[in-house]
Amino acid sequence: MSMAPVHSSSPVPVVNRAAQSGAVHDKITVRKLNFFYGGSRALKDINVTLYAKRVTAFIGPSGCGKSTLLRILNRVYDLYPHQRAEGEVLLDGNNILAPGQDLNLLRARVGMVFQKPTPFPMSIYENIAFGVRLYERLSKPDLDARVEQALRRAALWEEVKDKLAANGLSLSGGQQQRLCIARTVAVKPEVILLDEPCSALDPISTAKIEELIDELKDDYTIAIVTHNMQQAARCSDYTAFMYLGELVEFDTTSKMFTSPADRRTQDYITGRFG
Amino acid sequence: MIAMDGQGGRAMGLYRRRRIVNQIVLVLSFGATAIGLGWLAVILGTLLFEGASGLSLRVFTETTPPPGSDGGLLNPIVGSLIMTTLAVLIGTPIGIFAGTFMAEYGRFSRITHVVRFINDILLSAPSIVVGLFIYEVMVAPMGHFSAWAGAVALSVLVVPVVVRTTEDMLALVPKEQREAASALGMPLYYVITRVSYRAARAGIITGVLLAIARISGETAPLLFTALNHQFFADFPYLNAPMASLPVVIFQFALSPYHEWQSLAWTGALIITMAVLALSIIARTLASSRKMS
Repeated sequence: MSMAPVHSSSPVPVVNRAAQSGAVHDKITVRKLNFFYGGSRALKDINVTLYAKRVTAFIGPSGCGKSTLLRILNRVYDLYPHQRAEGEVLLDGNNILAPGQDLNLLRARVGMVFQKPTPFPMSIYENIAFGVRLYERLSKPDLDARVEQALRRAALWEEVKDKLAANGLSLSGGQQQRLCIARTVAVKPEVILLDEPCSALDPISTAKIEELIDELKDDYTIAIVTHNMQQAARCSDYTAFMYLGELVEFDTTSKMFTSPADRRTQDYITGRFG
Repeated sequence: MIAMDGQGGRAMGLYRRRRIVNQIVLVLSFGATAIGLGWLAVILGTLLFEGASGLSLRVFTETTPPPGSDGGLLNPIVGSLIMTTLAVLIGTPIGIFAGTFMAEYGRFSRITHVVRFINDILLSAPSIVVGLFIYEVMVAPMGHFSAWAGAVALSVLVVPVVVRTTEDMLALVPKEQREAASALGMPLYYVITRVSYRAARAGIITGVLLAIARISGETAPLLFTALNHQFFADFPYLNAPMASLPVVIFQFALSPYHEWQSLAWTGALIITMAVLALSIIARTLASSRKMS
């Protein structure tokens, strides 16, 4: 793990209290990453770093490769043939694209929340306990405590504490998404990938999830793909702008939204295209 | 309506024509439905009329009679139950495993397309061909008809139904759900058994019930394999010929004896009711799946 001061001056927007310490660790470093869907190249020589316990937002027009990039970070793309990544993705210095990686262990460390809520067809309690039991043997009281803790973190506990045995699918869309976040948090990953987690949600649920992201970054490294520029500005410390499979610009969120270096970033952020 | 008034007579003319076509198609659809349902009602009515009179406790407690005397259908009923159960026990695991391979492990592989194609052929293969095949590979080498051969022939009919429904039902499980399960660090077999199967369970069970309904009325595959048995003497030896309801109905219905004909009607009624009950259970399960 490299310990590198990223910027000598104020590294992150002042509004982000968690980011006020001067130095940050690299959690994930992406180097010269290319990605192919069959013969077509979806990502071109991507270089980017996710800093530990910071929120990094990926923005860009549809089809620019932001979700593709996210799906490489826990190798969920590996479920499909004809999808191939080249380059390096270092998680704590260890290249996860190298052969011989245990993908299940990797995914337990790098959790993911998807665009559509994906509760499993089982009770609310089981939705969370299920993932925990995969890698830990807990006593019933400990497991209960873990489930409660995860639901509290996802700001869902108050709404479901009396119906933990109800089917996860019976919840509303916003609640389902928070259940999925709780499920991801419960297995104690190190990194959480959020792929447009609010795109199917109403404004109130969205606000709850944004608050949640703000709390989670005390403990986790977070990457979020979003179409919503305000969301990126509100809840991230760093922002990466992607366009046509390339990473155009990567900087602190305050810098990106006030004085971006690249013309395309400027145009996208000001709504001239995308 | 407002837009049409604005458009004048031409639009109204088109609209009137569409209305007339609509009426004609509606009448044709109703007519087709009525004809289909009407025949079904006539068939069920005849069965009830002819079969219900013979329905008594004796049907379920006595074995098939010789011509000219009274008896029941105990041995064919038990025979049908035994062979159907065995066929389902043999065919269901094969079908579920194959369907799982096609929908999960081999989802993108070429062999899945081949297997699906062959399975579709098997699904629509005439059951008498299956009977002849089992006769060749089991009955002829063994030298005699047997319940085992009957059960195997029926299981050949079970497999394609279960393969098809298992694959279809697993394919309906959203890929996001598999991704989400994998993203928690779940091994693939766990994703399949704990998430996919759970989501598809009602559908897979429905497929098995439909397979049972399909085979419980099959006559042709049993004629060449289990044949028939007038008595209960060899029971429950699976290595001997065994009576079954469809074959007994076939034999009794063609006979000149009144008692046998009456029993054939009763047997037909029993099979129909059993299949009807299975179908209703399968429907209920399928709709409860949609609701959850």
